[in-house]
Amino acid sequence: MQPAVEFRGISKHFGAVKANTDVSFTIAKGSIHGLVGENGAGKSTLMSILYGYYRADGGEILLDGQARRIHNSQEAIALGIGMVHQHFMLVENMTVLDNVMLGSEGGFKLKANRARVEQELREICTRYRLDVDPLATIHDLSVGAQQRVEILKQIYRSANILILDEPTAVLTAQETESLFEILRLFKEQGKTIILITHKLQEILDITDTVTVMRGGRVIGAVPTAGTTKEDLANMMVGRPIENNLPRKPYNPGAPVLQVDGLQLLDDQGVKLLADIGFTLRAGEIVAIAGVSGNGQSELMEILSGMRLPSSGKLDFLGKALPFEGRSDADGLPLKFRDLGIAHVPEDRLRDGVIKAFSVMHNTIFGYQDKLKNKWGLLDFKAIAARCAELMKNFDVRPNNHDLRIGLLSGGNQQKVVIAREVLAQPKLMLVGQPTRGVDIGTIESIHTQLLKLRDEGVAILLVSVELEEVRALADRILVMCGGRITGELKIEEFDTTRIGLLMGGMHKS
Amino acid sequence: MNKDLPRWATAFVMPVLNLLSAMLVTALVIHLLGESPTESLAILVNSAVVNPEGLSYTLFYASTFIFTGLAVSIAMQAGLFNIGAEGQMYVGGLGLTLVMLGLDSSLPAWMLIPLGILGAALFGALWSFLPGYLQAKRGSHVVVTTIMFNFIASQLMNFVIVKYMIPDGEQNPASRAFAAAAEMPRLNQWFPALGETPLNISLFLAIIALVIYGVVVSRSAWGFKLRATGLNPHAAHYAGIRISKMIIIVMLISGALAGLGSVNSIMGSTHYLSMNFVGGAGFIGIAIALMGRQHPVGIFLSALLFGALTQGGFDLSLEKQNIPPEMVILVQGVIILFCGAMENMYAPAIAKVLKLKK
Repeated sequence: MQPAVEFRGISKHFGAVKANTDVSFTIAKGSIHGLVGENGAGKSTLMSILYGYYRADGGEILLDGQARRIHNSQEAIALGIGMVHQHFMLVENMTVLDNVMLGSEGGFKLKANRARVEQELREICTRYRLDVDPLATIHDLSVGAQQRVEILKQIYRSANILILDEPTAVLTAQETESLFEILRLFKEQGKTIILITHKLQEILDITDTVTVMRGGRVIGAVPTAGTTKEDLANMMVGRPIENNLPRKPYNPGAPVLQVDGLQLLDDQGVKLLADIGFTLRAGEIVAIAGVSGNGQSELMEILSGMRLPSSGKLDFLGKALPFEGRSDADGLPLKFRDLGIAHVPEDRLRDGVIKAFSVMHNTIFGYQDKLKNKWGLLDFKAIAARCAELMKNFDVRPNNHDLRIGLLSGGNQQKVVIAREVLAQPKLMLVGQPTRGVDIGTIESIHTQLLKLRDEGVAILLVSVELEEVRALADRILVMCGGRITGELKIEEFDTTRIGLLMGGMHKS
Repeated sequence: MNKDLPRWATAFVMPVLNLLSAMLVTALVIHLLGESPTESLAILVNSAVVNPEGLSYTLFYASTFIFTGLAVSIAMQAGLFNIGAEGQMYVGGLGLTLVMLGLDSSLPAWMLIPLGILGAALFGALWSFLPGYLQAKRGSHVVVTTIMFNFIASQLMNFVIVKYMIPDGEQNPASRAFAAAAEMPRLNQWFPALGETPLNISLFLAIIALVIYGVVVSRSAWGFKLRATGLNPHAAHYAGIRISKMIIIVMLISGALAGLGSVNSIMGSTHYLSMNFVGGAGFIGIAIALMGRQHPVGIFLSALLFGALTQGGFDLSLEKQNIPPEMVILVQGVIILFCGAMENMYAPAIAKVLKLKK
């Protein structure tokens, strides 16, 4: 049988960067094909070429054995290629039906078409057990349902080859499982699926074959049966990855942060955080697990002084945090820093760095007032020395502090942020999504740094949506859902199913 | 900003190309008016640069423009578009005039001049305080409020000048002339070659202001916070920068700098407060800030250019009867269009050329 897709010697470069070099592999019809690799390995570029966003410099793509030139995404769609992006391409205030029809309205008379398309969607939903109401408005739907809408859109456009880019990044364990059931059903119906993910467990769970890319080249294309996570990780990084990083035995010290009855209401009086209470001790890592958007971000913002709580008792080293008598949080994060609270923000590009500033300028960001000479001018000699040391200790690449930080990879940007916050020698470290968009090799080095900090007696509060990360770092786990803490586990009790249920808000045990 | 281009291309090649484009359009208009573009250019250059007296006028205008350009630039560093330099300079002139009318008969020059400068800065700052405050505390967009404050300033000054300042028996809507002690020392005292010119020590004040601006913005911790606020307010908040305070302070400084523009115009030249003495210098400040990319050297060069255009354009309209005095405004408009709105027009082309070379 002809393969559904065959890449033959695809090459693509952007300036001096070779994103794809001589990429060749095939994807069998009716199979689920995994595509893994670190950031910058060339997966997205390759898929963008397949989907018509970019044109390859060399090589060819064969669909069902025929060489095709795909000049834009319309042509890709016409050839039966569909793509579900990591960030959904949906108009929030329109219905599912309207979103599906957007771009393929089919003539001037909208109304007659709508009834026909609605009928068609209902049929597709039944056939693939998609469980989506075509007349529901997008912003009323859960993230998982929105993703099903994206899939629905592709099927409606009769996609036979479905590309999914990190589809599970925003899903709970249960939602992931139901997505996989849908994908298996697809496969039975003869459709081909390309799954881009960095979660190796998922590759093992669902794919038939897997291609590993590194540095723009195909490192290996193997049947999934017979490979292991370790094999894949080694291929991705090019060296063995240590799963169990060394750490001292759990021996927590005095309480550093005590939170009791914390509430946060938004302008409409909706509870974003309710009855949050926990204690964090010196020398331990407490991880907050949960699907993103369940109050973790707000909690971190309050603890770092970026936002005022509505009520609640928050003590840091036995003293109340200085929220009292303030009408806004303007300037408050500085006070928190001075107390010894460092913060690695989860949205690195929005909060953590200034993209247009050099790496060196970013290393003093938030601490600029401590690096003045007697004239009030920044002491650039001291700053450069400090920066050089920091870049060396954290292995920031490329080692050039004059480079705009926006030009660094996400992983290296994150290293700069973490290094900056570690250098402040905090007593409490708030860490939000430290490895989001960061590749495996860098994850290992970031985790090592955080564990080192813990062993030195720093209290660390970690927010992560990656259970793998929670498992790798935490001493204790709090699970959040809907602005509440729905459960607490010790690391010995780690159980994906139970945490998944707690993340979904089912906290009866 | 185009991120792929080297600095020399964005800082030098692009402004020059934009400027040439603006000149081309101007040449076309002059041609359509029935005059020779080359002859006109010759007249303009001769009158603004070659002739020493003309050159001194160019520098005189530039002294004011440096201040208004700085006013707009420093606000831009914080991400604020201060359209109100015009009104702030106008009200700054009032502050200076109040000092002079009250004290010019009793104080010597060495006290009077600094007090006048202070009055101009203070009143300019006063006029930008409310827009800054409203932006910081209420989120009222500073573009909207400063535009409104220009109109309010204009009407307020009409009222104040006509009602209180016109000396008895005078028709001209202006205050009385100040005493000689209030005059900024002119440079032709030391350089007679400059001829009859209002060029005065304000030029040096302007250059000092440029240097201070450059050092504060790029070397001080405060300037670091200022730029951080402008580039990414979210991150600035994360870093603990008090954004509302920053906005109010930078608007005060911006207004003060605009107010200082009036020192050159009034104390350096006319020696009395007249209606509409600002004459668009505040708006030219916007063009200068955009063209000079808020860099001190860029601001200086742009201010010189606009000074030359003002001076040369004036003479041009005298010599060429088909070219109206408004031509200067057209040229300024075209320059703003090319250097501001269509700043990056040539970026893709330059990127292509550079790529070909590699």
